[in-house]
This record gives sequence, structure tokens and C-alpha cells, in this order.
Amino acid sequence: MNRILILFAHPKFEQSRANKALVKMIENKEGVTFHDLYERYPDFNIDIISEKKLLAEHDVIVWHHPFYWYSCPPLMKQWMDVVLEFGWAYGANGTALQSKKCLNVITTGGTRAVYCSEGSNNYSVNEFLRPFEQTARLCGMEYLPPFTVMGTHNISDKDLEEYTLKYEQLICELRQSLPFDKIRNCEFLNDTPQLKKVTSK
Amino acid sequence: MSGSIFFAAIVFLTGAIICVPIAKKFGLSSVLGYLLAGILIGPYLLGFVGDEGQDILHFAEFGVVMMLFLIGLEIEPKSFWQMRKTIIGMGGAQVLGTMIVSFLLFTTIGFDWKVSLIISMAVSLSSTAITLQTIKENGLMNTTYGASSFSILLFQDIIVILMLAVIPLLTDSEKAAIADDHSDHIYLLENLPLGLQALAIFLSVVTVVLAGRYFFVPMLRLVAKTRLRELLSASALLIVIALAYLMELVGLSPALGAFLGGVVLATSEFKHELESNLEPFKGLLLGLFFMAVGASINFIVIGDNPLMISGLVVAVIVLKALILFLVAAIFKLKADQRLLLTIGLAQIGEFAFVLLSFAYQLNILDRVELDMMLVVTALTMTLTPILGIINERLILPRVGTKKAETRQVDHIAKTHKVILVGFGHFGSTVGRFLRSYGIEATILDNDSNRVDLLRKMGFEVYYGDATRMDLLESAGIAEAKILISAIDNSDNVIHLAKMVKEKYPNVKLMLRAKNRYDAYDLLNMGVEDVYRESLETSVKMAGDALNHLGFRKYTIYRQAQKFIQYDEEGLRRMADKPKTKEEYIFKAKEEIKQQEKQLEEDLKRGIIEFDNHWDSEQMRAAHNVVKDK
Repeated sequence: MNRILILFAHPKFEQSRANKALVKMIENKEGVTFHDLYERYPDFNIDIISEKKLLAEHDVIVWHHPFYWYSCPPLMKQWMDVVLEFGWAYGANGTALQSKKCLNVITTGGTRAVYCSEGSNNYSVNEFLRPFEQTARLCGMEYLPPFTVMGTHNISDKDLEEYTLKYEQLICELRQSLPFDKIRNCEFLNDTPQLKKVTSK
Repeated sequence: MSGSIFFAAIVFLTGAIICVPIAKKFGLSSVLGYLLAGILIGPYLLGFVGDEGQDILHFAEFGVVMMLFLIGLEIEPKSFWQMRKTIIGMGGAQVLGTMIVSFLLFTTIGFDWKVSLIISMAVSLSSTAITLQTIKENGLMNTTYGASSFSILLFQDIIVILMLAVIPLLTDSEKAAIADDHSDHIYLLENLPLGLQALAIFLSVVTVVLAGRYFFVPMLRLVAKTRLRELLSASALLIVIALAYLMELVGLSPALGAFLGGVVLATSEFKHELESNLEPFKGLLLGLFFMAVGASINFIVIGDNPLMISGLVVAVIVLKALILFLVAAIFKLKADQRLLLTIGLAQIGEFAFVLLSFAYQLNILDRVELDMMLVVTALTMTLTPILGIINERLILPRVGTKKAETRQVDHIAKTHKVILVGFGHFGSTVGRFLRSYGIEATILDNDSNRVDLLRKMGFEVYYGDATRMDLLESAGIAEAKILISAIDNSDNVIHLAKMVKEKYPNVKLMLRAKNRYDAYDLLNMGVEDVYRESLETSVKMAGDALNHLGFRKYTIYRQAQKFIQYDEEGLRRMADKPKTKEEYIFKAKEEIKQQEKQLEEDLKRGIIEFDNHWDSEQMRAAHNVVKDK
């Protein structure tokens, strides 16, 4: 069974209805370490040693964050800057993260329709996430397609519940290794057959 | 003369000290212990107390007055206004219902209608002393049961005035002349026309309200400035006695006046101070009162007519319980609360002593009727705590719902989750920031000038010395989540922390420490949240100085974070070590040396071990290795 580390970064968590629901569903699951970065490091003073230790203890790394200006909130970027050190995560002797799996779980206010070449955001979510994808690759990790919760500005309770159930299912699948070949071509993990079949009652 | 007073005091105190702990040991309420002590020392068993029992009873009734003053202190005027419907609704239904049914009962068994009316009035009133004391002892004041009982009792306090006014109308006019100054209620206004009487009563109520605001509070402030604790106790007593006297003068119930005065003072900064000053007096007087009730049970009367007396006792309790049960049902109390109320108030109260004696003086009752009803009253009062225990142990467990219904009636006692002690420069900053989050702490400070000023600015600040447990308790430490100490006297902080840790280990302590040495003491006591007042500010100052010397702010900031972290860790390591004065100095030196070394190492390494992200030198070196190959 894979151990999952959820690195969660949200500067206004208490005001995020979608993220509260998502986090509540998975934070106490077995085999999951939920790591709330803004709660642990409100002063951005990240404890690099303990972060490295955490990474070493897990097989799947999840970057869970809202999509701020097409990227992550600043503390998560700070986390990448200080924790993914040269000579440890990458570079000649940097093999600490080799063959771990890695993915983004993101929430966006806009719907999926506005994230494409014809939409107001011009690019797809996957295109915006390239820096994360490449960071993971450079560190020798397998980067999976993102799990996205989109259109949170106007999401209904029912749809939100469906997303949380899908997130739960995703964690469940990640625990026992998703068949990577099948999902490589999916745009989002939401589109995999395992998650598609999950609906709210 | 004084010898006999001392002897009486010795008898009463010994009785209490022996009986109450025994009652407590068997899980009974202290009220029962006092009552039994009274019976024991009374004229019919050991005979230590004779006829003076009645006088003591009158004197000790002042305990009830004090209790109502203290209850008033806990009820802010706004909450009192919100309770008006319950008071009139439940109280009115209870009094009226009980009067009608008992009137029917007593006329049926052959009493004259006037006598029946008097007795039914007496029967409809319950005992404030016994009921509220028991409720407080069990911590049920915040339940629906507590609030309902209180509302009913308050209504009875008001209605008893009306009853006392009506009773003289029942006499034949020739007999009405009473010059008996043994009466409790000497009406100053007796000869005035009714309209003027009402006006006088209204004016006296206004006087109480105005005096509370514009006389008592300034007086307390003045007294507080002398910093003599006993003067505050004296003022507290003076206030209650003055209120009671004024009320008695115009023919209102002293208890009601005291309650009103309490409500007026509930919003003042001296609330907690008054509470903790009066609490011991109230406790002693009530104890005395219960003992006097016990001693007044006339066993000769019982012996003369055992069947009649026991029949009446049972009838009165059943009748009162029935009406209370119905009232509780009408006002939709839950099953367990309904039962508690039914049993709790099913006794005849201390007002009956007054009413019945008054009617006797007016020749409405004869001696036999008076004695009989006095005995019935005392017996029902004695039986209530016993019935309460039976209810609690045997009946309630089968009713299902839990005993403590939490906080449905929030308006009786408002407690905050945070108590903030000390509101000087340090504490006020803490309080202001908490307030910006909408957290209103209960603040205690012992500078009455400051308290006054801050209250004008809308803070809820109380005057008092927080190293006194009783004051903390009346500030609500039992329900508090956090106690923040922002006082700067090290000895007081340590004393406070020790006290609270011992008695209320679940309250989180957050303490301001003056320096490292105080911090050690507090950490060694097992307090985790210790805040040295100068640490962060001095590091920030040093950082700013470094910036003026040309170092980059962000780098300084990160170093400062490390510095504080080391310092805190070092402090905690040191705290575990043994501590004689010399050792302190020695260890501290060593510790500082060690710290210096660590920081030097940090500098030497540049930022390698802890902060080597985007360190270009490393990357360049690695790059060059590749190129060289």
C-alpha cells in the first residue's frame, strides 16, 4: 500500500467552501498524511529537515492547492524552492524522490470551459501546470494528470459532494497504485473510468 | 450576655461542622445537613437552642436577601427583561394554581374560608433558600430547570408583597388594631392613601436603580483606591443592608430589593469583587437559616396530632408537585427538567413564616393553626432535599434524557472562554488583538482608575486581585478555556499559575514572563506556554540595526527566526536542569556560549545546512565538474 503525503497550501482556507469539504473527506484517511503548510509555517520559515523526512516516508506526493494566477499560492512555491534542494532532489546525487508519484489537486473558480484555447484563459489547465510537471520529472518522479475541482464559484452542494467522493476514491486508488498506462492519456484524473463511475447519491 | 451569644455560636457552628460533612459524605446536599443539625441542637432533642430559635430565624433570613443580591449580580438588566415572560407566566400559573387547589382542599377539610385563604397563600410560596442553594450546589443554574425555578421564585417574591397587603383586609375592622411591634413588616407608609403608597414604592425602586449607578459604584471606586480589602467587604455589606432596609421601610420584600440592586450592579466592574466578598457571609447566614428552620420544628405539636400533621405534609407536597408538573408541562419542559422542577419547588417556603405569623397577629389564625402550619412548613422544607435525592437516584435515571441540559438558557450566566489577567500595556495589547477577532475576554485588573477608564471605552474589565481563587471563580474560571496572565509581578504570576494548575488543570495557562529566570520557574511547573516579554522585540531591534549596517532584510529575517527558535529550545533544555542560583549563572553562561558557537557555525557555513536553496555556488561547482569531464 502506498503512503500518501498531501501538501496542502491555502492562505484563506477558512473561507474556502470547496476545500473545506475536500479536506474533511480525506484528512484522516489511513495511509494519508495531511500536511497543512499555511498552518504549520505561517511565517514561511519552512523546516527543511522535517520536510525532507516527510517526503522520504511517502510514496505519493500530492500538491493540493487553489489555482492562484494560474499557479500555486506562494508558500507552496517557497516549499519547492527550499525543500527540493540541488544535490538532494535533483542534480548529480539528487535521487531522494526517484520513482515516487506526484500530482496536483487543484480548485479553480472558473469552469473547465474557460480553460482552453477558445476560452477566456487561452490555455488549458494542463498547459498552466507544465512547471509542476517538469519539476516532478527533473526530480525523477512520475507526474500524473491533475485532479481538478472546477467552477467552485457557483458549485452546487450536490456537485461538490460528488467531487469529494471522487477525491476519496482517488486517494483509495492511489493507495493501491493506479494502472499508470491507462491514465497517462487522460487530461484529468477525473476522466479515468475509476473516478467517472463515482456519483453522488 | 455575651457569654450566651458565644455559647449559641459554638452550638450552631459545631452542629454545622459535624452534620454537614456527614451529609456530604453520604452524597446528600448541605442543606439537609444543616436542617438535621438544627433538629439535633433544637429544643426537642439536645435542647441547646430554646426559644431564641425564632429570633435567629429572623436574623438568618438575611442570608436569603444576600443570596438574591448575588443572583441579581449574575443577571444583567437586559437578560432580566428577556425573562419577564417566564417570570410572569410560569410564576403566575404556579401561584394561582396552587392557591386555588389548596384553598379548596382546606375548606373541604373544614377550615374557615379566611383561614383557608391565608394557608393557601402560604402554601403557594416555595423556599428560595432551599431551592436555589440546592440548584447552585449541583451547578444547575444554567439549565431550563434552574431558570424556571428561579423565575417562579422571583414571581413569588413579588407577589408576597401583594399578599401581605391583602391580609389585613381579611380582619374584622375592630380587631385590626395591632400595636404589636413584633411584626416583621413595620409599614412606614401604612397611613398614606393607596396612590401615595404606590408612588413611594415606585420612587424607592427608582432610588435603588439610581443609587446603584451613581452612588454605589463611585463609592466602591473610592474604597478600591485605599487598597484595603476589608473596606470592600464592608462596603459590600453596607450596600446589601441599605437596600434591604430601604425596601422594608416602604413595605417591599428586602430580598426583592436586594435582587434589584444586584441587577443594577451586574454591569459594574465590581461585580466579581462583590460576589467574592459576600459569598462567605451568604453561605454562613443561609446555613444558620437552615439550622434555625430545623430547630423550629415543634415536635410537641407533631406528637399531639401526628396523623393530621403527616397527612397535611403529604397533601401539601403532592398538591404543589402536581401543579408544578402541570405548569412545567404547559411550558414544555423536557421530562427530566420537569421532574426536577416538580420535586424541587414542592415545599412551603420561608415566606410562610412571615405570612402566618402576620395573620396570627391579626387574629385570623389561632395559636393551634399557626403552630400546626409552621410545623408543616418546616417539615416540607426538610423533606424536599430528601425527595430530591430519591428523584435523582431512583426516578431520573429511568427518564432517559441527560441531567445537564447544556446552556439552553444562556442569559443567566454569561461566561467567556478567555480570562485575561492584568490590563496594563502588555495585557491591553493582548486584549485588543483578541477583540479584533471578536473574542471578548473577561478582564481582571487591580488598578481601579484604569478599570474605570477602560470600561468607558467599552471593555469588560473587572476590578480585583486575580491571585485570589474566589475572584477567579466568580470570573468563571471553571468554564474558561484559556487563562492569560499579563501581569508583571513574577511572584504573583507563579502564585496564580500554581493555584490554577492545582484546582483547574484543564484551563490552558498562557503566561507572560519577565525574563529567562521567571520563564524557567514557570516551565518547571509544567506550564508550556510561557512568553518572555522582551524576546521578539529585542531580536527585531537587532535585526533593524543590522539592516542599517547594510545587511539585506530578508536574510536578517530568516536568521532572526532561527535565533528565536534556538533561544526557545535552549530555554526549555535549561528548564529541565537542576537549579541553584550559582548553577543558573553557570549554566546560562554555558548555554550562551553554546548558542554563540551555533550561530558562528551558521555564519561559517554560509547558509549551507539549513538554507542552501538556490545556492549558486554549489550549482556552479557541480556544473564545472560535468564540464571538466
